[in-house]
Amino acid sequence: MPDLLIELFSEEIPARMQARAAEDLKKRVTDGLVEAGLTYAGAAALSTPRRLTLAVDGLLAESPTIREERKGPKVGAPDKAIEGFLRGAGLSREQLEERETPKGAVYFAMIEKPGRPAAEIIAEVLEDCIRNFPWPKSMRWGAGALRWVRPLHSILCILSDEAGASVVDLDIDGIKSGNTTRGHRFMAPDEITVIGFDDYAAKLKRAHVVLDARERAEAIWQEAANQAFANGLEVVEDKGLLAEVAGLVEWPVVLMGAIDEEFLALPPEVLQTSMKEHQKFFSVKNPKTGRIEKFITVANRETADNGATILAGNQKVLSARLADAKFFWENDLRTAKSEAGMSVWVENLGNVTFHNKLGTQAARIDRIAALAREIAPVVGADEDLAEQAARVAKADLSSEMVYEFPELQGLMGRYYAEAAGLPSAVANACQQHYSPLGPGDDVPSEPVSVAVALADKLDTLTGFWAIDEKPTGSKDPFALRRAALGVIRLVLENDVRMSLNLVFGKAAEITGKREGASGEAFADVNDLLSFFHDRLKVFLRDQGIRHDVIDACIAMDGNDDLTLLVKRARALENFLKTEDGENLLQGFKRANNILSQAEEKDGVEYSYGADRKFAEDDSEKALFDALEAGGAAISPAIAAEDFAAAMRGMAALRAPIDAFFEAVQVNADSEVVRRNRLNLLSQIRAVCGQVADLTKVEG
Amino acid sequence: MTQTNGAPRSFQEIILRLQNYWAAKGCAVMQPYDMEVGAGTFHPATTLRSLGSKAWAAAYVQPSRRPTDGRYGENPNRLQHYYQYQVLIKPSPPNLQELYLGSLEAIGVDMEMHDIRFVEDDWESPTLGAWGLGWEVWCDGMEVSQFTYFQQVGGHDCHPVSGELTYGLERLAMYILGVDHVMDMPFNDPDALIPLSYGDVFKQTEEEYARWNFDVANTEVLLRHFEEAEAECAAILAQEHQDPKTGKRIIMAHPAYDQCIKASHIFNLLDARGVISVTERQAYIGRVRALAKQCADAFVLTEAGGFTPESAA
Repeated sequence: MPDLLIELFSEEIPARMQARAAEDLKKRVTDGLVEAGLTYAGAAALSTPRRLTLAVDGLLAESPTIREERKGPKVGAPDKAIEGFLRGAGLSREQLEERETPKGAVYFAMIEKPGRPAAEIIAEVLEDCIRNFPWPKSMRWGAGALRWVRPLHSILCILSDEAGASVVDLDIDGIKSGNTTRGHRFMAPDEITVIGFDDYAAKLKRAHVVLDARERAEAIWQEAANQAFANGLEVVEDKGLLAEVAGLVEWPVVLMGAIDEEFLALPPEVLQTSMKEHQKFFSVKNPKTGRIEKFITVANRETADNGATILAGNQKVLSARLADAKFFWENDLRTAKSEAGMSVWVENLGNVTFHNKLGTQAARIDRIAALAREIAPVVGADEDLAEQAARVAKADLSSEMVYEFPELQGLMGRYYAEAAGLPSAVANACQQHYSPLGPGDDVPSEPVSVAVALADKLDTLTGFWAIDEKPTGSKDPFALRRAALGVIRLVLENDVRMSLNLVFGKAAEITGKREGASGEAFADVNDLLSFFHDRLKVFLRDQGIRHDVIDACIAMDGNDDLTLLVKRARALENFLKTEDGENLLQGFKRANNILSQAEEKDGVEYSYGADRKFAEDDSEKALFDALEAGGAAISPAIAAEDFAAAMRGMAALRAPIDAFFEAVQVNADSEVVRRNRLNLLSQIRAVCGQVADLTKVEG
Repeated sequence: MTQTNGAPRSFQEIILRLQNYWAAKGCAVMQPYDMEVGAGTFHPATTLRSLGSKAWAAAYVQPSRRPTDGRYGENPNRLQHYYQYQVLIKPSPPNLQELYLGSLEAIGVDMEMHDIRFVEDDWESPTLGAWGLGWEVWCDGMEVSQFTYFQQVGGHDCHPVSGELTYGLERLAMYILGVDHVMDMPFNDPDALIPLSYGDVFKQTEEEYARWNFDVANTEVLLRHFEEAEAECAAILAQEHQDPKTGKRIIMAHPAYDQCIKASHIFNLLDARGVISVTERQAYIGRVRALAKQCADAFVLTEAGGFTPESAA
């Protein structure tokens, strides 16, 4: 069985696209082969900056012949019907077979699709794959119409078996397939002829090309770690950077260089970001001091001077970059330490528009500061500190360093706040108030940080709601879903008890005051709250809480206190998982159904307390006892927000309710007895409805 | 690799070698465009000539101005006036990467000793309504050129595709000549009778322009000039294709495009003066882009833009 080797050789493929492209090549080609009947034993895809390679082994030499039997019209059917059948089957009338069936004689067609040689199928599949390749962004070049990620130069496509290798012929817009490739762009640029994958991989390695991106990454990491270790240092791990760098070289050569002494005082994050973003360097730190002292760069070639020229060049570029960073850092520090301090930056933010309907960044900061002050007592933060923190938290947006490296926002704020001598709670809030950014991001717990983080996000949400810029479908340009999820996590993980409606009101009041307006709440407070509830459902669903359970709790009063809401939901979720819970729910539903029907029919609400003296049956009396006892246990539990205890109290009702329904007909002949029983059911509804609206629970 | 001429000794030698190299490769060596532009791409030899079906090959130095980058000549590598070397070949030849690497050798970069890399960088010019795919080229970790296959210019798909090379001359020359501050770079041969540094030539102008760009330029006048350029561009393009005087079909794509260039530069000046807010910025860029698109629309109706009486029919 032959093996197939394909290589698509092009100009440099963006590093971030290589791995995915190799996988796409594998999937599309093997899917196409299998669909055409060519099965195979194994397939592997590889990539370098200049090539995508696919090796398929154990391929069928040709697709199997397919025989198909097709039932046609009856013998003697109108000619038209028979001709139609013949056309569809591609046969003539003599080739049909007559067969007796229980319904009489019928024509049958035996259709045979002969197998096709592998090469023919491969050529078709590969051409289709190249012409329809799912690049994230592709281009044309020269005078042609073909699209590829960058100009495609050659196609190697060979089938090989014991007898030798043969080229699978194809010609795509003038690019003819062959059995040759090229080695490293500079170290071995000549043409190489290959006869199969092993030969190809071996020859490429001699031609200074490591074909497997993982092998390159491992080699880089190994060598980098060794060089660092030899100097008593360690490389700062960065998997994303490692993958990217492995996609920029065919022949990795790891070089370690020193960072100029004058830059070592820069914050390590600044060194790391500058080196990574601009130069794609790894940081090498001294484990004893935590300082970053050296860098690692990965070149794409060996040189006669063992990389000395390359390293010197890189070092020079780095120094120029870091000179910039140092310049920014020193200027920023000077500002932060000046008398006016970080307020200079905040003032500048008065010239920066946040959103044309929501004013400048400075106006936004004013609002956040006022809101943080309101929220502070709720989260146990000092009001003055919370306001102070909110006032400087975004100041670093005007700093030179953050202008250059936006990803350092917050972190630089912390450094500058520290330099300005601000309290550590304020400095920490500068860094942490953006958190949590993603689902995996840590949630701040220091009260001042929590207050500012909440105020920041809630100002954004109420602001965009007020101007009716809500997320729709997949569009969420202002990341409002993320902001809401941030609020949810901040509240839940810090056990914050806060009425969102109250905060929405405060936010509107603050905005109103600033604008000299009446301070009316915006129209859609309820809409914003239900947006929060939707986000909460998504968040809790991931933690295994059913949506109907959440709905049942949302239906209760105080649903704008998310901590309370979730407490209820967790208790209910756990309760429903028990046998008692499941049965009580059934009993409740039965009681509720009977009661609702009766109320609808009679046009009254049965909520006058039932009277024990009308109880006829023992089970009825027992239910009276149970409800009395239950009520006594449940009410204090609810008051103490111990919903689990309340649920346990309700669980005790399960047996009496079951027994009651077992023994008693609610709709009794005596109207007095009937009314009394309905009032009893109403008591069940009231008692059971204290934690959640059980009518919303499914099942 | 051979360095027949050895290492270059001055800024101008690097320019001369590039000129000779690309002339030898068949490019029309053109002169800078006689207007203020932000980058070599704005030269009509690139913007307009990348449109339409006609083959084209040009190389030139383009003085470029970025008023916001002015640092009074003090920053080692930031200037408000600098030089780009620009090459545009249409259709892009299959060996454009090799041709480019050859040009680096021609200016003294020894491929055996240096690490040259093509790092993804998609190019987009919002003011020109243009984009392309390509790389920034790194030499030992430093970006030395921009390499782009134009896909769209002035809102028109490029057919055929042009290959564009842009060299930031000062930075490249500083690297090759081993100079740390641009003002210290030898402009002419250091052994010349009157050796001149880059600073001798440009230090004073950097100061003068930085002051004017940032603090003095009359913004009211500039705003008015912007409006006038915009109006003139539209007025030019609104003219009949047939010239009433000569009876010839004369579409004035280039004069209109001059107004677009003018508007673009005035916008840059206004930006440096800090009178354009973040929201207005987008609006101004959109207005310049609209001009660029109209000029592109007009150019493809001209002979140089590939128009023939048959294609019109």
